[in-house]
Amino acid sequence: MGFLDINNVTKSYGAVEVLHRVDIEVEEGEFLVLVGPSGCGKSTLLNMIAGLESITGGEISIKDRVMNGVHPSKRNIAMVFQSYALYPNMSVAQNITFGLEMHGTPKPERDQALKEVGALLQIDHLLDRKPGQLSGGQRQRVAMGRALVRNPDVFLFDEPLSNLDAKLRVDMRTEIKKLHQKLKTTIVYVTHDQIEAMTLSTRIAVMFNGYVQQLGTPKEIYDTPENVFVATFMGSPAMNVVPAKVEMVDGLPHARIARADGDDALLAFAQENMAEWAGKNILLGIRPEAITDPESADRASNSIAAMSNRVGVTEPAGADTFVTMILGGKDVIARMRADTTVAAGEMFDFAVNMEKAVAFDPQTEARIKP
Amino acid sequence: MAVASNENAMRTSRVTRVLIYVTLLVFSLFYLLPLGIMLINSLKPLSEITGGGMIALPQQWTIEPWLSAWSSAQIGVEPTGLRPYFMNSIAMAVPAVIISTVIGALNGYVLTKWHFRGATIVFGLLLFSCFIPFQIVLIPMARILGILEIAGTTYGLILVHVVYGIGFSTLYFRNYYAAFPTELVRAAQIDGAGFFQIFWRIMLPSSGPIIAVCCIWQFTNIWNDFLFGASFASGGAAPMTVALNNLVNSSTGVREYNVHFAGAIMAAAPTLLVYIVAGRYFVRGLMAGSVKG
Amino acid sequence: MAMTDSGTDFRTRMQNWLPKIVLAPSFAIMVIFVYGFIAFTIYLSFTGSRMLPTFDLVGWQNYERLFRVRQWDTAVVNLAIFASLYIVISTIIGLMLAIFLDQKIRGEGALRPIFLYPMALSFIVTGTAWKWMLDPAIGLEATFRMWGWESFTFDWIKDSDMAIYTIVIAAVWQSSGFVMAMFLAGLRGIDNEILKAAQMDGASNVQMYRRIILPQLRPAFLSAFVILSHLAIKSYDLVVAMTDGGPGTSTWMPAVFMYEYTFTRNQMGIGAASAVIMLMTVAAIMVPYLYAELREKK
Repeated sequence: MGFLDINNVTKSYGAVEVLHRVDIEVEEGEFLVLVGPSGCGKSTLLNMIAGLESITGGEISIKDRVMNGVHPSKRNIAMVFQSYALYPNMSVAQNITFGLEMHGTPKPERDQALKEVGALLQIDHLLDRKPGQLSGGQRQRVAMGRALVRNPDVFLFDEPLSNLDAKLRVDMRTEIKKLHQKLKTTIVYVTHDQIEAMTLSTRIAVMFNGYVQQLGTPKEIYDTPENVFVATFMGSPAMNVVPAKVEMVDGLPHARIARADGDDALLAFAQENMAEWAGKNILLGIRPEAITDPESADRASNSIAAMSNRVGVTEPAGADTFVTMILGGKDVIARMRADTTVAAGEMFDFAVNMEKAVAFDPQTEARIKP
Repeated sequence: MAVASNENAMRTSRVTRVLIYVTLLVFSLFYLLPLGIMLINSLKPLSEITGGGMIALPQQWTIEPWLSAWSSAQIGVEPTGLRPYFMNSIAMAVPAVIISTVIGALNGYVLTKWHFRGATIVFGLLLFSCFIPFQIVLIPMARILGILEIAGTTYGLILVHVVYGIGFSTLYFRNYYAAFPTELVRAAQIDGAGFFQIFWRIMLPSSGPIIAVCCIWQFTNIWNDFLFGASFASGGAAPMTVALNNLVNSSTGVREYNVHFAGAIMAAAPTLLVYIVAGRYFVRGLMAGSVKG
Repeated sequence: MAMTDSGTDFRTRMQNWLPKIVLAPSFAIMVIFVYGFIAFTIYLSFTGSRMLPTFDLVGWQNYERLFRVRQWDTAVVNLAIFASLYIVISTIIGLMLAIFLDQKIRGEGALRPIFLYPMALSFIVTGTAWKWMLDPAIGLEATFRMWGWESFTFDWIKDSDMAIYTIVIAAVWQSSGFVMAMFLAGLRGIDNEILKAAQMDGASNVQMYRRIILPQLRPAFLSAFVILSHLAIKSYDLVVAMTDGGPGTSTWMPAVFMYEYTFTRNQMGIGAASAVIMLMTVAAIMVPYLYAELREKK
């Protein structure tokens, strides 16, 4: 059993089940990110861990203690909210120690804990201010201080960075990661931002429609998505998913894909069991960075396929240049070096890293595993 | 309502503007006139009024009508003046305002932050109760007050005003707390604060404006009430409005208009004072009472 | 230390019950003192109650008699006259003042409270002031005559055909400032960029108000209508203070009728029937409005 055990948990509102049989074991010190679009059930799950929403079916336990029906304050958890939820009428110091006060911790201990947290988060100079007098980043720190001071078993974060501007968000992201590495606490973190999920987590649960679509390390999620949803949700720009037909050429499986001008390209699979799909239609997923100019193709790959195609639009983005083309009847994005000389409307020879390509069953949208 | 933009893209000609100012001034005279007439006529001897000089300033200033209205005018059968009735109104309004506001605050807190099935129905029932014509409850209320043996007393009126004030006070607090971030309540729950601790430590300290709005509204309504006062507390326990009406509409003796005006200003003074001191909240209360939700 | 659902501790369970416990008294009060009382009054309206409530059912008799009584006729006609004039005039004055005040008027801060203060007064105070100001012996008429206009006559308040209009005057005086405040809030809520766009399109001021601004004030019109009609149906104090229903019964309104029949003339059954009709009228206006308001905010 894990440190935090989410065992077959479901949630219904009346007859409507919004969360279906979620099963996650979180080890001590893990950083689990629940990621998905709004309405996927991630916040509901977090609130159930916190005890702010009741559990319809299954069990949630922390340190082998079943938490169903236990009051939020008795679960030894702490939570950082999206809006920070700082009490507007209390000073920063009062905000941070309110929980300790409610739990009957004596004043000297509270002051000691406040001092430690203040120093850790570098907010000592703000302790007498009211939340209204703080900047967004400072409020964020205070909210984390309020969680830290309790020394809880599990930290819960509910989209804590979504109210910050882009620059500050990146800074705070790094800060949270540092904090986790230093304190080695167990964290469950909800976000809709897949970059936050990738950068912060030790494991990610991608959620959609009330189901956990895939649970795995960031690398597993990124490289071997279980289905089309995970493939297109994680990564920016999103993975290209195009219809293709499997054909045997010289005894090896190839993907036949329609090009911009109407004729087809043939790309040899690196995945050998694709031969079983000969003659059938599939969905082929290729990440933008796996379609490049030949010079910047991955040298470690044994399976680079050449493909010429007409260039649609080029979008120089500084570090990279993104090229849009029509492939399999869809808009497909390729990620090129910044100084690639490629012009809209001309034919260009692309290099496709087929080792990074993933194939999906068009009916179930599940990945065809090697 | 957006207070931000006072700017209006409109341009108006000079003539139009003069007309607008004149109209506005005429109307402010219209609104001020009754108060002004009451005031100047309460400070002159009766003979100057009956002589047809209602508009004129007093030739001979006197506070006699005020003294008479306060302590010696004939109200009903007793020459007590309005003072005891003024006190009745205070003894009625203050507790009724406090109790209905406290109940309203708790109701608003429960209805917005502790959802449970049927809460909307409860609120709908409360809301509709704000707008019933009170004639529909007069007969049974008279019976109940009789059964409770508080008919004709200030306690009876306090009960009546609390009962029919809860709807509005709940409406105010519900609308205010609906905009109060629920995450704060959740944070406090995780911090270990209980139902009343959250209310006391988190909600109430941020409720200053709505408490003011609610108290002012309730006070104005309760102080100005006539129907309940006339129905349930005529005689010695009558509130100020009932006593004033008795004074003005008594058919016996000489009509002392100057005393009537002095009495009317006394009856108006508490709510006017509240309006002058806290008009902002008064207006907010009016608006919140008219635009619900 | 394993805990299961049934092991939910006492405090947690208490916390779940507290909200309902706190709301329960208000709920009980509402059920008894509002809805129970309404039911009781409806029941009484079908009984032969006179001075005291009795419980003998007499069918629709009270309603039949109510509609035959002349004073009820008077009351309903008076209400129709009063309500329509009161609503229309208050709306016109309120809207005009709001539009004028919205023209970047210097001294707006001083004018607004002057327009609005009557709303803080008791109808009894308002009634007293207007009763004597309109009294021919000492008020307007006497003043004009003293100033030399000997033939000037303004004795509506003593004239059974005209007295109801004096009540309209006093009621408009009391409420039009409130309507002004509602419209002003509506005007201030209109997006200025729309007005600028309309100006670019070449709309004149009058066109701008007619075509752009007034249509956007629909919610304010609706609120004003609902609030004013509800006040009109309930109006009792003002009539009592100004005319006490007189001369004769010429200024009776349904609220006065209900009180007189129930408590003075000992016809409780008929009084109850008239109260029920008042409630139905208010409900017909308020229920759809409240329902729509609650819906929108969802």
